[in-house]
Amino acid sequence: MTLNDYLYYFILPVLSVAEILVLIRFLKGPSIIDRVIALDLMITIGIGIISIYSIINNQPTFLDIAMILALIAFLSTVAFSYYLQKRNKDD
Amino acid sequence: MTEILIYIFSTLGALFALLAAIGLVRMPDTYLRISVNTKAATLGVGLLLGSAAIFFSDFSVTTRVQAIVIFIFLTAPVGAHLLGRTSYFLGNSLWSGSVIDDLKGKYNKATHELKSEDEIKKPVDKEARKKEEKNDQTS
Repeated sequence: MTLNDYLYYFILPVLSVAEILVLIRFLKGPSIIDRVIALDLMITIGIGIISIYSIINNQPTFLDIAMILALIAFLSTVAFSYYLQKRNKDD
Repeated sequence: MTEILIYIFSTLGALFALLAAIGLVRMPDTYLRISVNTKAATLGVGLLLGSAAIFFSDFSVTTRVQAIVIFIFLTAPVGAHLLGRTSYFLGNSLWSGSVIDDLKGKYNKATHELKSEDEIKKPVDKEARKKEEKNDQTS
């Protein structure tokens, strides 16, 4: 079993299962904050998937996209919490 | 040698990411879910990115990976703090098994200002707090 096979048949399925579990929380989430957390974690696990995918395809360029996703995750978290606080304050 | 390192790093990273996902599903409370998101997921993704850095072992890739990891390590606590603060203002209740709520009564809900214990007019002494906890447990 080569490294590529191991990454393809073990690591990526495990990460996919993790993503599906987070999706369950995203759909279920009792409050809106839970959904924001689930979104953040989905993007974070997505960064991991991108890094493994770049190893499999031998393409280090994919890591740039991971960096952009990390930026977007942080921005969306901050924006969501800021506007939720503001909405709550105005009521 | 590098292959063995990649095996170890990617396995640990995937397991930590899976643990974070399981924790997110099973944790009973928003605040505990936030802690899962900050700790386990950050470590898992850091390990996965580290495996990519070891595989390529190229200066540009390693720098990129370092930038991503440092960025995630810096922003995860900030985002978690903001989310926790917001969910406290939105009135998400703590899990019934949580022992103590240190912020109880210290936040001004209208202006979102945090007061210290000295500024609160009626300081809650320990006996009253214990009674409250007993009432919470019985009810």
